[in-house]
Amino acid sequence: MKTGRMLLATALVALFAGGAQAQVSVKLGVLNDRSGTYADLSGEGSVIAARMAAEDFNAKDKGINVEIISADHQNKPDIGSNIARQWYDQDGVDVILDVPTSSVALAINQITREKNKVFINSGAAASDLTGKQCSPNTVHWTYDTWALANGTGSAMVKTGGDSWFFLTADYAFGHALERDTIAVVEKSGGKVLGTVRHPFPGSDFSSFLLQAQSSGAKVIGLANAGGDTINSIKQAAEFGITQAGQNLAGLLVFITDVNALGLQTAQGLVLTESFYWDLNDETRAFAKRFAEKNGGKMPTMVHAGVYAGTLHYLKAVEALKDKDPAKVMAKMKEMPTEDPLFGKGEVRADGRKVHDMYLFEVKKPEESKGPWDYYKLIATIPAAEAFRPLDQGECPLVKG
Amino acid sequence: MFELLGIPPQALFGQLLLGLINGSFYAILSLGLAIIFGLLNIINFTHGAQYMMGAFVAWMLLNYAGIGYWWALLIAPVIVGATGIVIDRLFLARLRDLDHLYGLLLTFGLALIIQGLFRNQYGVSGLPYSIPAELAGGRNLGFMFLPNYRGWVVVASLAVCIATWFVIEKTRLGAYLRAATENPTLVQAFGINVPRLITLTYGFGVGLAALAGVLAAPIYSVNPNMGADLIIVVFAVVVIGGMGSILGSIVTGFGLGLIEGLTKVFYPEAAATVIFVVMVVVLLVKPAGLFGRTA
Amino acid sequence: MASVSERLATAPTTREKVEAANLHRVIFIAIAVFLAVAPFLLYPVFLMKVLCFALFACAFNLLLGYGGLLSFGHAAYLGTASYICAHTAKVWGVSPEVAILLGTAAAAALGFLFGSLAIRRQGIYFAMITLALAQMVFFFSLQAPFTGGEDGIQAVPRGHLFGFIDLSRDTTLYYLVAVIFLAGVLFIYRVIHSPFGQVLKAIRDNEPRAISLGYATNRYKLVVFTLSATLAGLAGATKAIVFQLASLTDVHWTMSGEVVLMTLVGGMGTVFGPMVGAAVIVTMQNYLAHLGAWVTVIQGIIFVVCVMLFREGIIGVIAKKLKRPL
Repeated sequence: MKTGRMLLATALVALFAGGAQAQVSVKLGVLNDRSGTYADLSGEGSVIAARMAAEDFNAKDKGINVEIISADHQNKPDIGSNIARQWYDQDGVDVILDVPTSSVALAINQITREKNKVFINSGAAASDLTGKQCSPNTVHWTYDTWALANGTGSAMVKTGGDSWFFLTADYAFGHALERDTIAVVEKSGGKVLGTVRHPFPGSDFSSFLLQAQSSGAKVIGLANAGGDTINSIKQAAEFGITQAGQNLAGLLVFITDVNALGLQTAQGLVLTESFYWDLNDETRAFAKRFAEKNGGKMPTMVHAGVYAGTLHYLKAVEALKDKDPAKVMAKMKEMPTEDPLFGKGEVRADGRKVHDMYLFEVKKPEESKGPWDYYKLIATIPAAEAFRPLDQGECPLVKG
Repeated sequence: MFELLGIPPQALFGQLLLGLINGSFYAILSLGLAIIFGLLNIINFTHGAQYMMGAFVAWMLLNYAGIGYWWALLIAPVIVGATGIVIDRLFLARLRDLDHLYGLLLTFGLALIIQGLFRNQYGVSGLPYSIPAELAGGRNLGFMFLPNYRGWVVVASLAVCIATWFVIEKTRLGAYLRAATENPTLVQAFGINVPRLITLTYGFGVGLAALAGVLAAPIYSVNPNMGADLIIVVFAVVVIGGMGSILGSIVTGFGLGLIEGLTKVFYPEAAATVIFVVMVVVLLVKPAGLFGRTA
Repeated sequence: MASVSERLATAPTTREKVEAANLHRVIFIAIAVFLAVAPFLLYPVFLMKVLCFALFACAFNLLLGYGGLLSFGHAAYLGTASYICAHTAKVWGVSPEVAILLGTAAAAALGFLFGSLAIRRQGIYFAMITLALAQMVFFFSLQAPFTGGEDGIQAVPRGHLFGFIDLSRDTTLYYLVAVIFLAGVLFIYRVIHSPFGQVLKAIRDNEPRAISLGYATNRYKLVVFTLSATLAGLAGATKAIVFQLASLTDVHWTMSGEVVLMTLVGGMGTVFGPMVGAAVIVTMQNYLAHLGAWVTVIQGIIFVVCVMLFREGIIGVIAKKLKRPL
């Protein structure tokens, strides 16, 4: 009799315990550049950010088992798609995170759609991800070429930079950035005096900078990224271009680029980002914890996007107690987002995550109080204006 | 003011001068490569990585030992040249009697190793190295603003190229070296230590690459990939100039810089490819290159 | 240079040749059996990648190991075929076998054109011309709108083979790729062991002597160059269908370097060497991918070790031990 009651009690306890802890297992794959030109702005930092998000969310106690793996796509679409395919087919990955380099991101976007999984992109710039190539399985966090063009382009025209010359990296991303910025400049009443395309990747920009100089444009727009931007800025300083009165607009600049250039060379540069570690108390608290794990280096906006995106995904899974991709995507678009890094925002029908964008100027060396203290805030572009309007993107998911 | 094909002459001269500056790098690099191939019959694919090491050693000297640019110009080539001598003793000496192919594959493998190691250690964003204070600033030449440092690069490389050419073609040491390549046994019979001569010459060629790296450090970013895409262009220069010809590689290096400069004005996207078009044309018309002697 | 008597002394006897042929037959059958069961043991997409690169390496080896011509620009044929195949499958909507044939044909035409320019020169100059021509193909691929530049041609449809066999299932496609691979490799084997192949080896070993015997050596060199380019193109076109992507990686000069590495590691001038070399390199890249930049270092170390110690390559070393040609 006693044994029977014991058995019944144990069975009941087990039943209730099991019911309370419905275990959902999610596997997240951080796919980015770990060895090439974008390794510093994404790389291992993104993995750290994803892990921090799972820990801060207290996933284990909420019944979600989170596993995070990572791989290097080396900025090549074929390597990236191979890894994605293998992850989805063989390794049971549910979500792919980060993916800088637009050509790889577009390939992953395609594969994720085919295999019906989830793709939360933080690193790429291609505005087509929420435009012509939008997918019901993709969320585009952090930034895109339209937001950058809109931020830096219109801001510089408003402050008097109404004639532009473009130095563009000769590949799809550079062309897209140039195209979007030209549209903004002309809409704001500015003129484009000329453009020159340099081979990607380039190393010597002196002759292109000379052409920019002789055009007499008030603003030289750098439609390139990474090492190309760094070199263009260094050489512009060498040729006395900024001293002679022309302004440089870095259309895609990350805090790691400014770190590589040094304030002496980068001072006065105007740029648009969606996150800065020193913006408010919450970002500072996050940055401090992040830097401890990242060898003292502060988070870039890409890292912040991985953190916030992972957090939002886990919230959706918790609410549904299910990881079915279609349901989770719908939930992510239904729930407004809120996190310590980007504040309040939302994920639109086309997959675009909207939040405020910030216009920064790089400080002069004497204005900086220490390492990584690089930016001063010039303007905040509210979320409603910062991104391309929903109806202009030609996304088939947007009805009407 | 007349315009040449829509470009005012001022802009054109400016671009040509910039092209000449780039040509200086091609000249020094291809000089080193031409010496190594022309005299030693080694196809040194590691040349790009050794150029990169020169820039890194200059950076390290500054950041770890506080040694500035001017000393680095002397010390870095010696250090990197020494590593070159080690490579020759350990690896290349054993491949002397084999097909060129193996030397090429070996040096290609070494280049991968060196570049990979530096990439792991230092990342790819590039390290800052500033222009030495004595050469900062520039002067306005009327048609363009020429930074002093760039002017210095042209002067330095011309000096190095002319000095090297002089040593090889006009001095006794150069004569020994040229003789040793043609008939090592006979020269050895005269009492000259041929293997040591060859090893030292390889070290010298590598040192030239490192010197180009130190010259490049202040203006191009010091990063592990800086030699990788440059190496095939430099090979093309050497081939066009004629693989055995010192004078050929110097002239072609500067000449190519000019051609590239012009291309950047009229068809900038093709700037990286024009060298190859030139190479195919030259090789089909003059099989041994512009200044080469057919074997 | 080996003297005539030395040559005669080491030339294979008829019995040795028959034994070698039997051995090769057994090996080919073993390969076919392995390929038939492999998709149940390993991930099919990975296997397909190995097969495509193995065919590429075998095609390259035909030119280098048997023709004695080192080409630095073989990526041009791989890449061009993959772009043409991807474009015709995606934009023109042709079925996969037609797309692959068109890609291969494009590579053949390019190979014939480039070959006729390059064979006018010898040795390192020949190699440099092939490199220069390949760089021009790279530049063209970068600039031409239809190739999609850095994005490449993405979302290439796998389609239906002959109009009714659905290739979107990995296993079905795998068998097609295995058949293509076997056909290509058997073709190379026949070429090597034909009278044409004998003349080729003679040209490789001593061209002036072959000329003095009355052979139009340039014609032979052009034919083998074109064949090699065609088969490389076949590999490239098949790859485009498998991965549904054609990108700049396939025309970059580092791809030309990789195929040299595969051939070197496997064994230049052996029949089975390049396959093994390709398998080793692709497997290494796959399983060490998480090491990031260390993969380049390891590849470099393999290059150095192979050149210094294992010049014959894996299969070459085995062949020497067995005293049989492989």
